[in-house]
Amino acid sequence: MGLELYLDLLSQPCRSIYIFARSNNIPFEFKQVELFKGGPGTGPGRAAARPSNSEGAGKVSLLKKVPALKDGDFTLAECTAILLYLSRKYNTPDHWYPSDIQKRAQVDEYLSWHHTNIRANAPKTMWIKVLIPLFTGQPLPSEKLQEVMEGLSASLKQFEERFLKDKAFIIGSEISLADLVAVVELMQPVGVGCDIFEDRPRLMEWRRRVEDAVGKELFFQAHEMIFNIRELSNIQIHPQLKEHLAPVLMKMLK
Amino acid sequence: MGLELYLDLLSQPCRALYIFARSNNIPFEFKQVELMKGQHKTEEFQKVNMLMKVPAMRDGSFTLAESIAILLYMVRKFKTPDHWYPSDLQKRARVDEYLSWQHISIRGKGSKLFLMKLLLPLLTGQPLPPEKLEGATEELNAVLKQFEETFLQDKPFIAGSEISLADLVALVELMQPVGSGYDLFEERPKLAAWRRRVEEAVGKQLFQEAHEGILNAKNLTVDMIAPEMLEQFKQHLLKQAQVL
Repeated sequence: MGLELYLDLLSQPCRSIYIFARSNNIPFEFKQVELFKGGPGTGPGRAAARPSNSEGAGKVSLLKKVPALKDGDFTLAECTAILLYLSRKYNTPDHWYPSDIQKRAQVDEYLSWHHTNIRANAPKTMWIKVLIPLFTGQPLPSEKLQEVMEGLSASLKQFEERFLKDKAFIIGSEISLADLVAVVELMQPVGVGCDIFEDRPRLMEWRRRVEDAVGKELFFQAHEMIFNIRELSNIQIHPQLKEHLAPVLMKMLK
Repeated sequence: MGLELYLDLLSQPCRALYIFARSNNIPFEFKQVELMKGQHKTEEFQKVNMLMKVPAMRDGSFTLAESIAILLYMVRKFKTPDHWYPSDLQKRARVDEYLSWQHISIRGKGSKLFLMKLLLPLLTGQPLPPEKLEGATEELNAVLKQFEETFLQDKPFIAGSEISLADLVALVELMQPVGSGYDLFEERPKLAAWRRRVEEAVGKQLFQEAHEGILNAKNLTVDMIAPEMLEQFKQHLLKQAQVL
């Protein structure tokens, strides 16, 4: 049994892992997880998966959270950890996570900053524009959306001025894990109709470079679901999931 | 000019760097950046980190932000003992996994409780409504449960039998709510035992020294804050309380 990757391409971190693995021809079995169709215990969220480990621990519930990796007996959650594991195990080209100590530090720096900045706001666009109306039946809260877009704008400004600057990619002339993790996150608002690249030509050019570097076809294939997010409204949401998520979403509205 | 670490030991990630560097005898210049005095907003500090956050590092002409990036940089540059960031692929992945997960869970919820229980009351002159504190405490309790069940389990340390960056980063974060008066170790014997192990591994004296400020946080008074920073801090923290 080889490498298994548990993914739902509606999820940004899943897309970065999918693109990275495919772009590097890493052989894996795609284990589809459908976050919105799942039964009890499933649903999007950031809580950790429950990894088992060689020192014999709790039960593995991989299907509860994505992304997740299973490599024989070894299971792993968290996008950054999975990307780094894959880059090491499969000896991917150096530019993804450069051996140069300073360049590597710059990738680490972005991957860390990403959590509480870009990733704090970008996903909310989908929650507000699609999920809240879908799950709670409440209309789209436009004030909340504006708040989120302002927060996202502030992060994007820092991204351009501090991380990207005038370089082709975050660490310089070649793509790294940092660019991949950033771009998939920014495609979320695009998918739900908030095109953050529209008024940002430098960012748009960077995005095109990232698409070219991983392969345009692969990039679009990975993003097909998010581009067709409207179809989500037609999906039969598991009633227990709806029940479970509605209060969480209502809290977000406050 | 050697390694410079820009730190305020009231900040959790700053403590992780301080303890790690001292524990490994890494030579560095301690550059104090007092957050309460607004020293992170000075032009001089912005040259080191334009994001105006601590911790930050300068090594010659190379500057770096984000504690995890700085810790890993030090691991590699100073070739610290393997257990800190094990070369074993799976153990290393466990450390990466914790370091990634903790941002919005342990760090987020620990910080939130600290700011609601101590910082905001300090700045506004009044305590928060009890139900808000209860809510924040419950959120922290929930992630503590996940920490114990998923990451620590029955092992001495997160990655196994030896301390790693994951344990250090975790513990300094947990000391923040403790500094605000929530002794989360009190009814959690497994966590308390792990804490003792981490303290011993880095050196009890060093650990205590690094935590002196935060454990005396209750003695902070509003006049210690630069008056021009007061309103800014208040607004920032009110927003943080909603976001975290």
